[in-house]
Amino acid sequence: MSTIILLAIIGGIVLWVIGAYNGLVALKNQVVNGWKQIDVQLKRRHDLIPNLVSTVKGAMDFERSTLDAVISARNRAIGATGVRQTAQAEGELTQALGRLFALTEAYPELKATGNVAQLQEELTSTENKIGFARQLYNDVATQYNTKQMQFPTNLVAGLAKASPAELWEIEDGAERAVPVVDLSLNKPAS
Amino acid sequence: MSDEANLFAQQQSNRRRSTWLTIGFVLFFAWVGFGGDLAFGLLTADAAPGAYRHVVPLFGIFSTLAAAGICWYSWRHGAERVLWATGAWELIEPGTPEQKQLVNVVEEMAIASGLPKPRIWIVPDADPNAFATGRDAATASIAVTEGLLGKLSRDELQAVIAHEMAHVRNLDVRLMTLLAGMVGAIALMSDGMGRTLRYGRWSGGGRGGGRQGGGKGGNPLGLIILVLWLLTLVIAPVISRLLAMTVSRKREYLADATGAQLTRNPMALATALEKLELATEATRSITRGAAHLCIVDPAPGVMSSKEGFLADVLASHPPIRQRIVRLRGMAYQQAKREPAGAVSPP
Repeated sequence: MSTIILLAIIGGIVLWVIGAYNGLVALKNQVVNGWKQIDVQLKRRHDLIPNLVSTVKGAMDFERSTLDAVISARNRAIGATGVRQTAQAEGELTQALGRLFALTEAYPELKATGNVAQLQEELTSTENKIGFARQLYNDVATQYNTKQMQFPTNLVAGLAKASPAELWEIEDGAERAVPVVDLSLNKPAS
Repeated sequence: MSDEANLFAQQQSNRRRSTWLTIGFVLFFAWVGFGGDLAFGLLTADAAPGAYRHVVPLFGIFSTLAAAGICWYSWRHGAERVLWATGAWELIEPGTPEQKQLVNVVEEMAIASGLPKPRIWIVPDADPNAFATGRDAATASIAVTEGLLGKLSRDELQAVIAHEMAHVRNLDVRLMTLLAGMVGAIALMSDGMGRTLRYGRWSGGGRGGGRQGGGKGGNPLGLIILVLWLLTLVIAPVISRLLAMTVSRKREYLADATGAQLTRNPMALATALEKLELATEATRSITRGAAHLCIVDPAPGVMSSKEGFLADVLASHPPIRQRIVRLRGMAYQQAKREPAGAVSPP
């Protein structure tokens, strides 16, 4: 009788370990997938920028420094690895782009071609998508982190090779606001 | 976590209501059919030998089968029919910057709500309006009118699309689309039956005298059932439409709130609704059968701007003013929570 009870208890524990392990792995995959969603949008943003630069280059020749800032911010963003570094580089890129779009306001002929307006729409959309994907990523990452720290799931965390996922933190106040590149609403501040 | 629980509860409630609606609909048609059979059966029960006796419940069998067929059709093709009825065309390759923006905004909201991207349709109508339809997130469609694209700013368009995505995510679209199919079917049936009965009375008038004489001591129960039955036919379209409106009204506030949560920008939806309210022209492309699907009532009569009991019963949407006030309240709360214009995930 007692062996049966013992077996039942062991069986229960084994089932629970399997369940907890699988739960952690599923969450981990969700985190990875959430990051991929962001990555797709980041890549798209990096691809759009050379188009933008070459479109505005001719008309804005003497705004060289702003253009250079955008290009170098983009290159840094491409080279960035890890969540923290990427977050920072992308934040800088957002600001550089904001300045560039602020300047394009002074060149009505650029707007008139429609090309810049289109690129601006694409970049705005991409930034929004990054923002929403980031929110989704942070949600699942937080869930994952909480799960692997909570008792008793933390006992299985080592087995599932779970390690805390890094959140995409927003560093400074300007970046904290939903990025607005649409300058019909925001007059250039700098 | 509690958001997720809310969402789940809402989806469950919509699933359950969809099931009950379908059952109620089939039962109603069964009553129309078998009730008619019963009435005619009782009325012809003591007819002279050799005269017609209504024994086999043909009406009942037929109408129950028809109702089941309509349910199945609404389930499979309801969304297509709704879109077809509005004359919408599907936006696949965006041609103009406005259309491109619409596609972008829908993609953004799909990411924000964590759902697959719905199909996008454009209704050729100058009045601004929008609706969502479909069985679930995978088969969902979002339709906007041409007027909407022209009148709203990017943020406002995003807010409207977020409202529609909220309907999709809450599974409101399933209930609403089923309702659209059924309201349409009942209206059709009632019209058709009314015409048949009127025609029947006229044609039967000639020999009516003879039957009346024969059924002098006719079954009173049969007459009562016949009257009840006719009454059901007359009020069914009204009841079904009221039902659609009640169901829709409750869901609008929730979709407003969920939508504002997706964009984190309640003010944009508030100003969008203000613009939609100002456009007093009726959305002609959207017929009454699909009115409850739209973000604002396509036929803005007196009811959509009034409050009170009558408006509560007769309008498919809550008063826009009240929705705007609630959204402004949310915007105020948000501003209070995040003083530096900061945005944090909920």
